Amino acid sequence: MKQENNNAHKFGMVIDLDKCTGCGSCMVSCMSENNVPFKEDESNKKDSITWMSVYKLTNGKSFPDTEIAYLPRPCQHCGGKGDHGHSPCVSVCPAVATDYGYDTGIVSQIYTRCFGCRYCMGACPYHARYFNWWDPKWPEGMENYLSPNVSPRMRGVVEKCSFCYHRYQAARDVAYYEGRDDIEEHEYQTACTTACPSGAIVFGDLNNPAHKIHQIVKPDPHPDPRNKHVIGKSRNPKVFRLLERLGTNPKVYYLSEREWVRKQGDSYLDGEWDKIKNHHGTSSHG
Amino acid sequence: MDSALIPEGAKRCSFPKFTIGIAIVGAVLLWGVFAMFLCWFKGLNQTNMNDYYGFALWIWADLAVIAVGGGAFFTGLLRYIFKIDELKNIINFAVIIGFICYSSALLILAIDIGQPLRGWFIFWHANVHSMLTEVAFCLSAYFAVLTIEFIPNILENRQVNKVPFFHHLAHNMHGVMAVFAATGAFLSFFHQGSLGGVAGVMYGRPFAVREGLLIWPWTFFLFTWSAAAFGPCFTLLVTRITEAVTGKKLVKDNVIHLLAKISGWMIVTYIIAKIIDTIYWAMVTAPSLGFTLSHFYSNNGFYGYWILIAEIVVCGIVPGVLLVMKSTRENPTLRLVAIILGTIGVCLNRWVMVLQIMAVPVMSFDTWALYFPSWQEIATTILPVAYGIILIAVAYRYLPVFPQEQELNPVEPVTE
Repeated sequence: MKQENNNAHKFGMVIDLDKCTGCGSCMVSCMSENNVPFKEDESNKKDSITWMSVYKLTNGKSFPDTEIAYLPRPCQHCGGKGDHGHSPCVSVCPAVATDYGYDTGIVSQIYTRCFGCRYCMGACPYHARYFNWWDPKWPEGMENYLSPNVSPRMRGVVEKCSFCYHRYQAARDVAYYEGRDDIEEHEYQTACTTACPSGAIVFGDLNNPAHKIHQIVKPDPHPDPRNKHVIGKSRNPKVFRLLERLGTNPKVYYLSEREWVRKQGDSYLDGEWDKIKNHHGTSSHG
Repeated sequence: MDSALIPEGAKRCSFPKFTIGIAIVGAVLLWGVFAMFLCWFKGLNQTNMNDYYGFALWIWADLAVIAVGGGAFFTGLLRYIFKIDELKNIINFAVIIGFICYSSALLILAIDIGQPLRGWFIFWHANVHSMLTEVAFCLSAYFAVLTIEFIPNILENRQVNKVPFFHHLAHNMHGVMAVFAATGAFLSFFHQGSLGGVAGVMYGRPFAVREGLLIWPWTFFLFTWSAAAFGPCFTLLVTRITEAVTGKKLVKDNVIHLLAKISGWMIVTYIIAKIIDTIYWAMVTAPSLGFTLSHFYSNNGFYGYWILIAEIVVCGIVPGVLLVMKSTRENPTLRLVAIILGTIGVCLNRWVMVLQIMAVPVMSFDTWALYFPSWQEIATTILPVAYGIILIAVAYRYLPVFPQEQELNPVEPVTE
């Protein structure tokens, strides 16, 4: 049920694709932080669990004009059409095993509630959801390195990026202990954000103008006049979201100076891109 | 050996011959049961599903058996609510086929979920926004209705019917069957529709998503309609197969022609709606999301325009026209062609609405994903077929399934 809360956070991420080198540190730190199990042979990427996955984009041109970009893709924590919290996955889960946090904007996954129907995986266009096809196993001795703050998942359930929610809980605990009502920006940062060596990932509260992410993204709180389902469109012409046209309203934004990179965020009919590439959040025109 | 159980005046093959037939199909069934236990004990790593194909062969099988099992609710609706009396001669069989289809669907779902012991969560922690929740509730309830509809036929077994209580129970259940037929039609409308809604509400998947009426995408109505249209085709097909196997005429031609005619008109009206839906989706919905029709039917090794033509023209328009026209409908060969094409058509539609959705890339830099099921998936999908054959064989042998059988096949008195 939607809960109106003017003090609600809306945690999100902006990833500078011009800074990303594709090193994979974000993926490794994510797996380590979140006790993601792995297989002896992970060459089949379609049944390996990588909450954070890095895609390789190219401009499709041959040498010497070839350009490459790497696109890290965590769960997009979609707000759904109109940003009402009916994310593609949340709205379809028959057992409320995945839920939308109206106080954080984070899409959760309740492992002990999930019975493994995988409807959410089918509904997610980003392939951000992963099924535990096998029992989680770690090489002998490695169990000692597991994080005590994150529960490992059992076979037969779906899992995905949680924006390191346990870190948010820990930060809130500290704030509560210190008598504060809220947490500081630096107190809650995801593992991938802190691990990125080039500082390509910025994480914070999209609702808080003091946060760096807000200043980069400049999210437009009004519906996009071209598509009433789209809320939070960036007013920064260099910022885009993946599949924004579908109305999923992700909270992960991408930043690039390169037009061909931005164009890959969505699909466009012939000639369409040139007409709408300069269309940004409404306030940018005001 | 079992002659005391065989309906009076009916001729059946010898018990050893029957047993051998059951044993052969039973071996296939056991193969499927073995695969089922492998999936339950070792997990879904026994399948070729992956994170791109969370929905695959089993979900298609579920949707397909429920669609072809739609003959039960639709024939029941026609027989008991619209009072088309001739259909009493095929309703028992339609109910048995429906019972097999729905029990199979429930079994496949039980194998398909990653945590089978938590299957009840769908009822206990129900999300009212999810189409799958509606499917689970209506499907289970309708299976209960089908069981109730099947019981009177079981009670009519020659020996069981000798018990006065069962005799009267069967009689009284027949008397109130209209209530269950109406309930079944109501429930079927919703779960057939919700199964269509499962795809139509996936607004992250441009191949699947459809606009609609209030909370129901157009696929909701198309699935219900197609089940009512093609379900009777499957009923007719299984009747024809049963007649071929038993070497007997079991249902009079006027009944077959009537059901075929109704099915034909339903198919024609459905396919018109389907064509309108497809054109609107291709010309308006998908382009508004940045996709052209060619995106969904090119640049991969399997899904081409052929599948669209096969579903709508070859297995939609053709069987519809063949069944609507009197001359072709009453030609046994052309009628058989039509009901086979119709059955394939609805199964193909369900395939497209499950597997092609998963195959089509949505992100511009993503790739097509194709999949071939593992032997465990195939075996567990064949399992319901073997189970269905056995149940039909047993029901035909021991129950008065076809009221016209004895009239059409009089047993000559033995002179000694």
